Amino acid sequence: MFSFCTDPAALDGLPWFACYLTTGKHLAFYAAFGTVLLLLAITAPLALAFGFAGAAAARGPAPVSWLGKGYIAIVRGVPDIAFFLFFVIALDQFFEWIRHEIRCPDWDQPIRRGNDFLVCPEAKLPLGNAAQWVHETYGFLLAVLTFAIVFGAFAANVLHGAMQAVPRAQIETAEAYGMSRRQTFWRVLVPQMWVYALPGLSNLWMVLIKATPLLFLLGVQDIVYWARELGGTKTPQFTDYPHGDWRMWYFLALLVFYLAFTRVSEIAFARLTERLSHGQATAAGERQRRAAAA
Amino acid sequence: MSCWETIADYGLRSLGIGERLLPRSEFTLCQQITLIGSGMIWNVYFGLVALVTGFFLATAVAVGKAQDNPWLRKPSEWFIFLFRGSPLFIQFFFAYFSFLSLKSAYPFFDPFTSAWLGAALVLFLNTAAYSGEIFHGALQSIPKGDLEAADAYGLSGWAKFRRVTWPTMLRLAWPAYTNEAIFLFHATTLVFFSGFPARQQMGDALYYASYFADKTFNPFVPYPILAVYFILVTLGIIGAMGLANRRLNRHLPQNQRRGLRLRPGAALMR
Repeated sequence: MFSFCTDPAALDGLPWFACYLTTGKHLAFYAAFGTVLLLLAITAPLALAFGFAGAAAARGPAPVSWLGKGYIAIVRGVPDIAFFLFFVIALDQFFEWIRHEIRCPDWDQPIRRGNDFLVCPEAKLPLGNAAQWVHETYGFLLAVLTFAIVFGAFAANVLHGAMQAVPRAQIETAEAYGMSRRQTFWRVLVPQMWVYALPGLSNLWMVLIKATPLLFLLGVQDIVYWARELGGTKTPQFTDYPHGDWRMWYFLALLVFYLAFTRVSEIAFARLTERLSHGQATAAGERQRRAAAA
Repeated sequence: MSCWETIADYGLRSLGIGERLLPRSEFTLCQQITLIGSGMIWNVYFGLVALVTGFFLATAVAVGKAQDNPWLRKPSEWFIFLFRGSPLFIQFFFAYFSFLSLKSAYPFFDPFTSAWLGAALVLFLNTAAYSGEIFHGALQSIPKGDLEAADAYGLSGWAKFRRVTWPTMLRLAWPAYTNEAIFLFHATTLVFFSGFPARQQMGDALYYASYFADKTFNPFVPYPILAVYFILVTLGIIGAMGLANRRLNRHLPQNQRRGLRLRPGAALMR
């Protein structure tokens, strides 16, 4: 990175650290923070969409509502990390099985043989000869989908509660005006539920941030992976920058990163709530009105 | 080999009692149910230890946060922020590697690098922070009249806290605290995936479930088994906490007693 980094062994103190912290692997470590942010940026809206579908299903007619309520209930009873480990394999096998059915209709051997899961070579995902980045992207997309499914259930929970919290009189008024079920849902219920959903959704966002290190368990090279990799004891034979076991310090850095991230989100949500409460007939809105009047 | 023999061999496998070798081929349903159930011993151990010890620290933290004196309030606030603001997964990693570094300097820290003590310590501090926040919220919403009534009876200091403030705080916090207990038990599955070694493959339920899923490439058997175990534990927690809730509310008139209505939207998670 820097011109004085040609002979690290001769360096010490600050220049050594400047060179050490800008090695290729460290740059990959910093890029992994981008991976985390990318995951959050894709997962949050996707989970919200899943949650909306789940909450809407839970309000629907009988067989559909069982599906929605089951989706909400199951994640509460079972640890989320179990779902992560489950869905990554299950989704992968599901996609491969679908491709297998389409691409190799005349394959006569069973897919599950003993302890193996074998589809025809054309159905492999990604294909055996695919480039490394395809494998990594596929792994990342599986992780995104898994996160969206699991946190969609939590979002469904929050949104379902918010839909219940919209005053019953509003719905009855809409019905009295002759609106259909669909019109009532989209024109009256959905616009009003967000205020009630906001505390739950802000909580969910925090939970989502704090769940991102679990990417490591899904086989993605994320910040936890690199912290373990870079922090481990390095001997002079294998690297220009030998050091002892520094994993503790790397994880301390991650801890600080997450603390800062959740703190910033907390402040942002406090501002958003303040703004949304403006002019509302709630305690918070009333307090703002009085403060302005005084 | 019959199923009873499997249970006799593997029932306490997670504690190192019984057959040492794990099955390597032909994973029967009975083996999977037995070994995953055996791993549940660890989840229940971690959950119970953290919950019982964390309860007392949580009370102290909540009372500390409610003080006017900044010397008492600030440490409590920072403690809660530190453990609630960062992922438990990272806390486990950091604690494990810290204990590892400390161990080389002070042999005293040797047992802390094993899951039974190190991970239990992290879970204890973590649940104390989450419950402390819940208790603090309850402490703030104790009806003013209750405290004034205590003053009128001449109660003060410790007697007032012991007889009025604390029971009322628990009563108000109980539904949220039940949620916290459920998620604490769920969080125990992270232990053996976050640095803490499962020596001789003595791990928790998720450890064995993922072992079977890796060996058989079939996630559709071990994970549902795990799910059933955890749903049973969750129901057990709700039952036990419901009994405690009945006792906390026993002085109220029948029509004011609140059942343990869990508000899932307010769920706290790590």
